[in-house]
Amino acid sequence: MMDIAKIKQQEKRQRLFDKIKPFGYLAPFAIGVTIFTLYPIVNVFMIAFQENYNYITKTYDSIGFDNFAYIFSDPYFIQALQNTFMYVLIVIPISLCLSILIAYLLNQKVKFKGVYQTAYFLPMVTSTLAVGLAWKFMFNYRSGVINYLLNLIGIESINWLQVTTYNFPALCIYGIWSILPFTIILLLSGLQNIDPLYYTAARVDGANEKTIFFRITLPLLKPTIFLVLIINTISVFKVFNELFPLFNGPGVSNNMFTVVYYIFYQFRVRMPGEYGYAAAAAVVLFFIIFIFTMIQKYIEKKAKE
Amino acid sequence: MKITLSHITKQFAQTTAVSDFTAEIESGHLIALLGPSGCGKSTMLNMISGILPVTSGQILFDDNDVTDLSANRRGVGLVFQNYALYPHMTVMQNICFPLELQKVAKAERMERAMAMAKLVHVEELIDRKPSQLSGGQQQRVAIARALVKNPNVLLLDEPLSNLDARLRIEMREEIRRIQQETKITTIFVTHDQEEAMSISDKIVLMKLGVLQQMDVPQNLYDSPANCFVADFLGNPPINKTTGVVKDGGIQLDNGPLVHDDRFTNLKDGQRVTLSIRAEAATVTNENGNVDCVVDTTYIMGKESLAYVKLGDQRIRIYIPADHEFGEGSTLHLKLGKRGVFVFDETSGDRLI
Repeated sequence: MMDIAKIKQQEKRQRLFDKIKPFGYLAPFAIGVTIFTLYPIVNVFMIAFQENYNYITKTYDSIGFDNFAYIFSDPYFIQALQNTFMYVLIVIPISLCLSILIAYLLNQKVKFKGVYQTAYFLPMVTSTLAVGLAWKFMFNYRSGVINYLLNLIGIESINWLQVTTYNFPALCIYGIWSILPFTIILLLSGLQNIDPLYYTAARVDGANEKTIFFRITLPLLKPTIFLVLIINTISVFKVFNELFPLFNGPGVSNNMFTVVYYIFYQFRVRMPGEYGYAAAAAVVLFFIIFIFTMIQKYIEKKAKE
Repeated sequence: MKITLSHITKQFAQTTAVSDFTAEIESGHLIALLGPSGCGKSTMLNMISGILPVTSGQILFDDNDVTDLSANRRGVGLVFQNYALYPHMTVMQNICFPLELQKVAKAERMERAMAMAKLVHVEELIDRKPSQLSGGQQQRVAIARALVKNPNVLLLDEPLSNLDARLRIEMREEIRRIQQETKITTIFVTHDQEEAMSISDKIVLMKLGVLQQMDVPQNLYDSPANCFVADFLGNPPINKTTGVVKDGGIQLDNGPLVHDDRFTNLKDGQRVTLSIRAEAATVTNENGNVDCVVDTTYIMGKESLAYVKLGDQRIRIYIPADHEFGEGSTLHLKLGKRGVFVFDETSGDRLI
């Protein structure tokens, strides 16, 4: 005789175990994320609203918007916002257009495909610092290759790194260049997902390459373009690393503040560190990126309809 | 539009996909390009459309040599196997697209596209995206898009192979109807003999890039040019037995001697393939052409399919459903006038 009750009991236990099991697998990652990502995020939000926060004693005077009031009256923060917005507005569209063009060319049947692929992949696999130093040499006033090329087409040498007016363009050029490879890879995979049959169909109907690009390729690439836009906007808003190899800091005369550099400046450069101001700036940046991403999501949804 | 294909050859690196293909397709006909996969039928279609250049040979539309014209200059409408409808455009935009490229004015464009949508019965779906359509509906839209520019020729590449069995029958009748209404010269590629038999005016049967036979479907079935044609058409497949000609009959290998008046002209000692369609052999009480032994029988409803043995060789025949033949019983078989062919065993050429 089978003991039905006992079997039922066993099955019940087994089901319970099956329910719990996935959490066991998730635990290592979840614990890491909680400690190193979630906890700091919550903490930053809290510190941003705590006035005169003391990092050592973890004490504060009161809760309120003082930190925000301070940073919005700080000319460096206003400059940082202006610089960051300009940087995003310039780097995002230019890098997108360039990457679409390059990805499109790479997707054609070209000779020496391997050479090109290595070339566009290079910025991604080389150390930021090494690449930054290389750019520093390229931007050099007297012996840099960029000025050499400009001279060839009859433009006078530009002092990219030492004259404040040219710091920003130099940063943009470097920023565009460093964001290209990742963007190209995403767009290239998007292009390769387009069935070449659509091109054949359009060609049979009499479409030329230009029409095919604007009427078939680009619309079909739209989902990838939106993905790239969101990813790039987030990463470009966080411009920071790029400042060090080029200028060893925020430009020649503190003219190249960016929001992330401002955060860094408040808690690391200033002595003693102003953690409250840094946290408040981080929260502001969070909301800027959040709003931009939402807008893009909204446009993407509209475009789909 | 009459299409003349003369001595078309297509070479890909080492392989010859189509070799010395010559055929003439009459204006207003519906032609099936039939053959097993890899026989070069799609390559042939792509050369007619202009997507692929020919290695040598000539393609004429009526009297115009179009061999060196690109696809869009030939005026062909093409329907792809997976339809290739532009996923980001609505049905209407898809159908309009070829006209837009021809810079047809918008009002006329809409009018012509609507007429096409009505012809293929998708007029209620014009605002949908392709992803919101069933396979059959997508197929209809693809045909409308191919026809809207009034092409000289309509080409369909395996148009039905992505559809389920019921839709396939519906759509092949639709293709026939649309073709008859528009009277457009149409060529479609298929590997399904039933599809080809049921709707085409003529079938072009290919094997390994070589034209085997081009004829009306019934002739292909009743009078195959060679062993391959006989094998390829018919369901169940034709019975193939091998043997050698002897004393005005055919001595099957490890089997009995098959007598028939038709065999008397064959050369003694020649190795042959005797092919018999399942419906060509009937059971008789008198002396038949050959005796066989029942192996297994399957009830099929209105009749039964029996596997019978001619010595060591097994063939399928139809027997009445109310038969009482047990396994091992001996039957006298009579071979009918139709459906019995003798081929040279090595070359496959038809002897009778």
